[in-house]
Amino acid sequence: MVALRVKKMRREKNRAGKTRLAKWYMQFDDDEKQKLIEEVHAVVTVRDAKHTNFVEFRNFKIIYRRYAGLYFCICVDVTDNNLAYLEAIHNFVEVLNEYFHNVCELDLVFNFYKVYTVVDEMFLAGEIRETSQTKVLKQLLMLQSLE
Amino acid sequence: MPAPIRLRELIRTIRTARTQAEEREMIQKECAAIRSSFREEDNTYRCRNVAKLLYMHMLGYPAHFGQLECLKLIASQKFTDKRIGYLGAMLLLDERQDVHLLMTNCIKNDLNHSTQYVQGLALCTLGCMGSSEMCRDLAGEVEKLLKTSNSYLRKKAALCAVHVIRKVPELMEMFLPATKNLLNEKNHGVLHTSVVLLTEMCERSPDMLAHFRKVSLVPQLVRILKNLIMSGYSPEHDVSGISDPFLQVRILRLLRILGRNDDDSSEAMNDILAQVATNTETSKNVGNAILYETVLTIMDIKSESGLRVLAINILGRFLLNNDKNIRYVALTSLLKTVQTDHNAVQRHRSTIVDCLKDLDVSIKRRAMELSFALVNGNNVRGMMKELLYFLDSCEPEFKADCASGIFLAAEKYAPSKRWHIDTIMRVLTTAGSYVRDDAVPNLIQLITNSVEMHAYTVQRLYKAILGDYSQQPLVQVASWCIGEYGDLLVSGQCEEEEPIQVTEDEVLDILESVLISNMSASVTRGYALTAIMKLSTRFTCTVNRIKKVVSIYGSSIDVELQQRAVEYNALFKKYDHMRPALLERMPVMEKVTTNGPAEIVHTNGETETAVLETKPPPSGLQPANQANDLLDLLGGSDITPVIPTAPTREPASAGGELLDLLGDLNLTGSPVFAPAPQIAQPPFLLDGLTSQPLFNDISAGIPSITAYNKNGLKIDFTFERSNTNPSVTVITIQASNSTELDMTDFVFQAAVPKTFQLQLLSPSSSVIPAFNSGTITQVIKVLNPQKQQLRMRIKLTYNHKGSAMQDLAEVNNFPPQSWQ
Repeated sequence: MVALRVKKMRREKNRAGKTRLAKWYMQFDDDEKQKLIEEVHAVVTVRDAKHTNFVEFRNFKIIYRRYAGLYFCICVDVTDNNLAYLEAIHNFVEVLNEYFHNVCELDLVFNFYKVYTVVDEMFLAGEIRETSQTKVLKQLLMLQSLE
Repeated sequence: MPAPIRLRELIRTIRTARTQAEEREMIQKECAAIRSSFREEDNTYRCRNVAKLLYMHMLGYPAHFGQLECLKLIASQKFTDKRIGYLGAMLLLDERQDVHLLMTNCIKNDLNHSTQYVQGLALCTLGCMGSSEMCRDLAGEVEKLLKTSNSYLRKKAALCAVHVIRKVPELMEMFLPATKNLLNEKNHGVLHTSVVLLTEMCERSPDMLAHFRKVSLVPQLVRILKNLIMSGYSPEHDVSGISDPFLQVRILRLLRILGRNDDDSSEAMNDILAQVATNTETSKNVGNAILYETVLTIMDIKSESGLRVLAINILGRFLLNNDKNIRYVALTSLLKTVQTDHNAVQRHRSTIVDCLKDLDVSIKRRAMELSFALVNGNNVRGMMKELLYFLDSCEPEFKADCASGIFLAAEKYAPSKRWHIDTIMRVLTTAGSYVRDDAVPNLIQLITNSVEMHAYTVQRLYKAILGDYSQQPLVQVASWCIGEYGDLLVSGQCEEEEPIQVTEDEVLDILESVLISNMSASVTRGYALTAIMKLSTRFTCTVNRIKKVVSIYGSSIDVELQQRAVEYNALFKKYDHMRPALLERMPVMEKVTTNGPAEIVHTNGETETAVLETKPPPSGLQPANQANDLLDLLGGSDITPVIPTAPTREPASAGGELLDLLGDLNLTGSPVFAPAPQIAQPPFLLDGLTSQPLFNDISAGIPSITAYNKNGLKIDFTFERSNTNPSVTVITIQASNSTELDMTDFVFQAAVPKTFQLQLLSPSSSVIPAFNSGTITQVIKVLNPQKQQLRMRIKLTYNHKGSAMQDLAEVNNFPPQSWQ
């Protein structure tokens, strides 16, 4: 997430390193993106429960949280509020849960375009857009009805 | 051509692949099918194909051939097509591809579409990957949508505007009128995004910031925040019992920006900050997030001290929290505030020290830095104990920093010399190999300074390396000390501790083993060899052994060692009479700069015969750049440069610069290195530190000369000689300006031949007024002990008529009475 200019990206990856979803709010080449993904993966997966959920990465920080086999990572500026973004991650996951009715990893794989829609409903231009879960779910259902 | 397989099928198929190669094969097959389908311009299945392509792209395979197809989808009328098309655009296109500009028109049409969802899609895409050209074209549309009453669209438009501003900051003005009404919304989503937009504007442009402060944004925000806290349970935005924490956090952040460096705004928000700080529930992470943001805000604005103490107490409470995230966050913030609110942070010192034992590496690092910041004269003993314990047990990546930090703190606050030396010893023995290289000379200097502790120090060092001589810095310091104070060691005098019985041979044994050992670095060996050499004057019965050792190394492969050994051999043979004098005890070294750690002249404890020059300190050195320039100009042949002095010159600082300039000069033989360079000059020049020449008996009658007269600038010299000191001539220059414009920034520089010495005092001013209405006077003192003919080269720089002027001239017409 933006968290103020500079870089922003958010990603869900599973333990084996496969990226299930990657949303970038800054411009990078494809190979740069790949490299970044690998680096973040390397940094995040070695940390276990006794570490904090924040990691300094290059000149930003990564805020991540692990849910079952998936890591949800947000990369933000150093000046941003870590704890708030942790909450944002949780908010997002709860919405996914509601939308897909007890979401699991396969849901994210097979419906990736829908997941992107959820992301776009909640985040835009790298910032948090809508925080009310009920509202987001309502929008998503409406969009779905248009299909 | 059969209908292309559905997305689900594709995904399922790919997932069954067992190896990377199999997967690649499947994907290539599918890509080929998709490509031929694209060529056929098949409208019905385009959407499906692009979706499949996107999936494959997510797996990491190239998909650029689908870019144009995305554009076609965007242009379609069906919503599903548009959706996939925009998604594809966001994933596959970015501003570096030229193709993306083709989207602009589509987006423009969609921004005006009748369906809000289409408009939303367009806004979203623009907000994520719009390039500057696109933003410029479409900013107007975005601004229109910012004013619409549809809150769904307004939210998106606000964030899209944020993106536009980021890409094209000049367009910020355009969004200003729309922001007026943004905060009057009830809808939280709109509020949230509006606050983000305002934040972005304020951060980017100080003018905007001033504008918003004037428009009394602060009271508005305060009101909204108050409503949020006071209002009851609102199910829509509630997170664990707190209503819309995200909005609260964002508002707090905006308040921070508004209140920074601004008293009025800060005052307006004091109350609400206090309220938020005290009323927010801290049991869950959400509450803590809000509190954290509040603390950051309080620290940044000009808040009253009570509020600041409150903030630090909140941080202190965070430190006791079980959740390590919160502890981490607290430590980071405390580190930022420890400089300004030192006392308040001191209260939490014990908690911080406890964090040194935490498991998480980043918490430990923060705690360590914070602990160093908190050390002061009162708590130094306790803190050092904890920090030394930490040094023992911490990870290797910390040890270097920790060791340096301990040295610094010990130096500043050591309660006694013995404690200081004990601490240093402890660090050297526990983390000896991680100590930074520049610490060794510092330590040596410290040890020489504590004269009464020499015996104790050398004894402890000897004991330390007796068992283990692998830690290089420790061994270096120890060898140096043994070399210097070996006599104290064997004589068994030690007041502080039980003296140990050591014979000369045992000492030489240990030094020799250092020399031989594979673990010793080349530098360490150098130390050891020199130490052995020094002991030749301090020990009485083992001189022959020393001679033997030294001569062995005369053929060492290591060039450095070889050189030293050969020179020491020469000392023994031909210059034996000089040996005692050379290897004498080192004088106490002055530490000239007490601010930085590494300014100390590097003394390696070497007493090389070659370098015993006491360079005459001053005349070769010019602290001023002007003089350097002059020297360059004049070819540096027979001219000594000027040392212009200011009346309030402090000797200490001059000495500091001097030391820097001398760099790696070995100061071994010059114990009288008192700072002021002028001391070596005839003392009378020091008197001239006032701007008045102190000559009471001036011989009159020396004619004055016009030294320079060009371009309207005239410089006259008048002379005075002193009867008390006939080699001194005092020249007063007067510079006048006959043009019609003033000359500003006037600088006069002079150089004289080497046999003279020159001192320039400060001029009366640097502006010569026009029309000869005033002059600049400056005094020059010339010392001419050999009574040679006075010659001078002058350089003038000044600004005249808007341009910088510069001139060089030679003055040869000095009257004989001025120098004979």
